[in-house]
Amino acid sequence: MLLIHCPYCEEMREEEEFSPAGQAHIVRPLDPEVLSDEEWARYLFFRKNPRGLHHEMWLHTHGCRKYFNVTRNTVTYQIMESYKMGQQPSVTASEKGQS
Amino acid sequence: MQQYSGFGLLTHSLTYHENWQRVWNNPIPKKHYDVVIIGGGGHGLATAYYLAKEHGITNIAVVEKGYLGGGNTARNTTIVRSNYLWDEASHLYEHSLKLWEGLAQELNYNLMFSQRGVLNLGHTLQDMRDIERRVNANRLNGIDSEVLTTAQVQEMVPILDCSKGARYPVMGASWQARAGTARHDAVAWGFARAANNLGVDLLQQTEVTDIRVKDGAVVGVETNRGFISAGKVACVAAGNSGVLAKMVGMDLPLESYPLQAMVSEPLKPILDTVVMSNHVHGYVSQSDKGDLVIGAGIDGYLGYGQRGSFNVVEHTIAAIIEMFPIFSRVRLNRAWGGIVDTCPDACPIISKTHIKGLYFNCGWGTGGFKATPGAGHVFAHTIAHDDPHPLAKPFNIDRFTSGQLIDEHGAAGVAH
Repeated sequence: MLLIHCPYCEEMREEEEFSPAGQAHIVRPLDPEVLSDEEWARYLFFRKNPRGLHHEMWLHTHGCRKYFNVTRNTVTYQIMESYKMGQQPSVTASEKGQS
Repeated sequence: MQQYSGFGLLTHSLTYHENWQRVWNNPIPKKHYDVVIIGGGGHGLATAYYLAKEHGITNIAVVEKGYLGGGNTARNTTIVRSNYLWDEASHLYEHSLKLWEGLAQELNYNLMFSQRGVLNLGHTLQDMRDIERRVNANRLNGIDSEVLTTAQVQEMVPILDCSKGARYPVMGASWQARAGTARHDAVAWGFARAANNLGVDLLQQTEVTDIRVKDGAVVGVETNRGFISAGKVACVAAGNSGVLAKMVGMDLPLESYPLQAMVSEPLKPILDTVVMSNHVHGYVSQSDKGDLVIGAGIDGYLGYGQRGSFNVVEHTIAAIIEMFPIFSRVRLNRAWGGIVDTCPDACPIISKTHIKGLYFNCGWGTGGFKATPGAGHVFAHTIAHDDPHPLAKPFNIDRFTSGQLIDEHGAAGVAH
C-alpha cells in the first residue's frame, strides 16, 4: 500500500483515503473549435503512460477532498514528491527513456 | 513432431518418460525474417502459428525478452467467454470462442479447455437491466446467453449466498454455457509447439532495444543478440506496447495498470462453474488442481511493476467471502499482478500503422486471454494481407480520431 503525503492536509496518509485521477498537467484547449480531429483525440485519449517518472493527480477522497499532484515512479512505485495544484514538479525525468 | 496420445504416454512410461522429444527448439537468430513478432505470449505465438498455417509465411521469428508465455499469459484468471455487448466486440470474441472449441485437437495439445459456463451476477435492479440488455444483444448476434433468476442461480451454485439479507443480494445472473476456462500456460505452449513445428523460430531471452525504420517502412529490429532484418514487424507486447511505440516515435492511447489475481490452496471440488460479479469487482472459479482462482479489479494508478496495492486484494476477498461464506477459512497460496494495457474504450487495437510493415496488437486491457486464438487469427490475416481482417477492422487505431469508439466498459471494464 502506498503512503501518500497530502500537501493540503500536510500529513502522510494511507492510499485507501485517496483516489488516483490520472495524468497531471493536461491543459484544456483554450479554443476547442479550431482543433483538428487529431488534436482533439490527442487531448482526450492520448496519455504519456511512461515507464519511469510520472506526474499524476490524486484526490484526497476521504480527507480534504482536494486534488493535488504527485510525482511517482511507475516501476518501483516510489513517490518522489507531492505538490499543490498549479505548482510545478521539482523532480522531473532526466534519464533517457523517462518522460 | 511427436504426436501426443494416450498410447504415447503408455509407451513412454516403459522408458521412465526419459525419451520425450523437446517441445520446441532454441535456435540462433537468422539474419533476416519475413515477419518478426515482438512478444512471445499467447497472442504472439498464436499470430505466428496462424501466419504459418493459413498464410504460408514460415520465415518468422517470435522475439521474447523473457521466456514464452511468461507475461500476462501466465498471470490471468483463465476465463474464456464471448458475451460482450457491442456487435464488433462480440463478433471478435465469439470468433475466438469458436476457435477455442477445436483448438486442443488442432494443436494436439491438452489445453484443459472446460466449457463449464460463466455466471455474471446482478446485485441491483440496474445490474439486471444491463444484464437483460446484454443477453438480448448476445442472442441477436447468435451467441448463447440466458438470464437466470435467483432460484436458478442458487440451484446451480448452492454455496452462493442468495439469501435476502445478503450483503450483495443476488437478483439474477446472465449465463453463457459455452464459456469456461482453459489452462493458461498450455495455450502458449501448444501454440509455440505447433508454430515451431511449422518452421517458426522462437527466440527467447532476446530483448528488442529498437525498431529500425527507413523511408517510412520498417526494416528490422535491434536486439541484445544483434540486428535482425525483417520485412514486417508485429508488436504484441501487452503492457509494454507503449514502450515499443515510442521507439518509432508513435503514441498509443494506452495506459498500463496493475491487475491482481490470486489462488488459494487446493481444495476438493466445490465450484463447478465460473462466478463473476462486476458490481463487487470479484470473480472466482476452481481450477482442475483444486485451487480457487480469484481475480480483482485493476488498481487505479499507472504501474509497470507487476504488483498492485494490498487494499485492492483485501476488497476483493471481502466481497468474495460475503458471496461465498463457506470460503472464509480458505488460505491463499499466491497473489500476483500483471500489467494490463487499457484503451479508453476498453477494446483492443488490432491495426496497421502509418509506418509500412509495422503492426500493433495491443490494448486488450483486462480481457486478452479469452481472445488468444481469435486475436492471433485476425492479426495474422492483417499482417499477411497488409489489410485488416473484417473482424479486426473496427479495432483500427484511427477510431480514436474518427470517434468510432466501441464502448465495452459495461461488459469488459471490470471483471474478466
